[in-house]
Amino acid sequence: MNAKGTVFKYGDNVDTDVIIPARYLNSSDPAELAAHCMEDIDGEFIKKVKKGDIIVANKNFGCGSSREHAPIAIKAAGVSCVIAETFARIFYRNAINIGLPIIECPEAGRGIDAGDEVEINFDTGVITDVTKGTSFQGQAFPEFMQKIIASEGLINYINNQ
Amino acid sequence: MTQKILAAAAGLEKVEAGQLIEANLDLVLGNDITSPVAIKEMDKFKVKGVFDKDKIALVPDHFVPNKDIKSAEHCKCVREFARKNEITNYFEVGEMGIEHALLPEKGLTVAGDVIIGADSHTCTYGALGAFSTGVGSTDMAAGMATGKAWFKVPSAIRFRLTGKPSKWIGGKDVILHIIGMIGVDGALYKSMEFTGDGITNLSMDDRFTIANMAIEAGGKNGIFPVDRLAKDYMKEHSKREYKIFEADEDAVYDEEYTIDLGALRPTVSFPHLPENAHTIDEIRQMDPIAVDQVVIGSCTNGRLDDLRTAARVLQGRHVAKGMRCIVIPATQAIYMQAMEEGLLRTFIEAGAVVSTPTCGPCLGGYMGILAEGERCVSTTNRNFVGRMGHVSSEIYLAGPAVAAASAVTGEISSPEDLGL
Repeated sequence: MNAKGTVFKYGDNVDTDVIIPARYLNSSDPAELAAHCMEDIDGEFIKKVKKGDIIVANKNFGCGSSREHAPIAIKAAGVSCVIAETFARIFYRNAINIGLPIIECPEAGRGIDAGDEVEINFDTGVITDVTKGTSFQGQAFPEFMQKIIASEGLINYINNQ
Repeated sequence: MTQKILAAAAGLEKVEAGQLIEANLDLVLGNDITSPVAIKEMDKFKVKGVFDKDKIALVPDHFVPNKDIKSAEHCKCVREFARKNEITNYFEVGEMGIEHALLPEKGLTVAGDVIIGADSHTCTYGALGAFSTGVGSTDMAAGMATGKAWFKVPSAIRFRLTGKPSKWIGGKDVILHIIGMIGVDGALYKSMEFTGDGITNLSMDDRFTIANMAIEAGGKNGIFPVDRLAKDYMKEHSKREYKIFEADEDAVYDEEYTIDLGALRPTVSFPHLPENAHTIDEIRQMDPIAVDQVVIGSCTNGRLDDLRTAARVLQGRHVAKGMRCIVIPATQAIYMQAMEEGLLRTFIEAGAVVSTPTCGPCLGGYMGILAEGERCVSTTNRNFVGRMGHVSSEIYLAGPAVAAASAVTGEISSPEDLGL
């Protein structure tokens, strides 16, 4: 499994309220949520994001509420992977459960910049910044997590077992 | 303490930090925002139905009474699911309250429980010595279907509380001080264990406030030892048997902090992170911070102690001209008691409004949204960008004493500034 795309870069403590503001939580439709993804910190995100693009951030990405709408919005916006120095724990769990690949890698979080082209190999955990010609070793996804992601989420994975 | 609860729920003699376990759940919780997503997920399950209709709590509280058509549809989805599955603990408008104030009050959370809730402030029940943590909707769905959840056993940080807090210091000042000290990811993935003889000087409502905001330091849960006060609370509210777990004398902690409650000062967290904590003394050195709105309520500070504190400040006073002060008792029982004690009269005479229980303003849903550039002192739990309204609005987090005093003066103040 691989991903390749252009990077949107954010800083520390990107919270779930900026990923998807609560004023839109009267909907649970992925496309509708995606239309407002990141709008409170980056109004350009949803206009520019293309299928396969990658979010890279610093510490504590996804802190705040337990709303699964946050990873759902990111995934439905077309993002193929989120890389961060660290993730808030509920976001981490939710992302895996809905089948959004995420990788915790402090060096990549710090070393990759906005607009870089990045390639990720989920089998080996290697993150390559094609623009800079650098690479980082993230944690490889264990088989069961790859299966959850391939099944588009935990429930399908459980059903398939 | 957390590790012992998890070991028991997983049927293991002991567990270690980092170990992956599957634990039996005593309660699975959801609200009107997170449950519809979980219910949709449950429809995908091949096996239908819930694991135990008595061990699921559904509390529409965020956007109720329904704020618009879409929220009404969400609430309808939850209501129909509850009816179809004969969920015992579904709380309709009129009997509901803000979930984390309501469930302990209804006796549904007791010491030794393992609880997951599709709401990040589920960590509140640690005040009673339960392990409780927030999850997302998919985990909630899996929990409702199977009665189990997997956890990575957390390591712990110990906060030893000593001394006695002074007159206007409450649980909120304690937790804002702690988050200011360790940061919003200071307890990431970890358990925050509160110990020390200072705990006896904290009311149950103070403890609920402290455990409630463990998530704002990134914590997996916050937990208190079970003392006489906690036992009395559970006896009064619950018929369920509780199980007391105690930390070993030689328990290992990643970090330890000692906090003298007697030295704490009224504390306010500045925009846009709960870790931006300042004492009132520091604030007095700054230019005055004018405030447009004050909110007193939420799962963090909408309990009776909080309302009593706010009423002590507002009694015989009036909110500043142009100030909107919104008071939200967290449950119907708290509302009723506040009415009987005359607190509601105090609020209304002071020029505040009193709302039915709702999470509304805390997450920018309704009932107190901020316009461009407006500033709010709020007893809620998050001051992120745009949390309560316009992206340029600002939220200052504080306890009910500072919030009420700020409503009177129109700028961030403590009761001391009113000569109290």
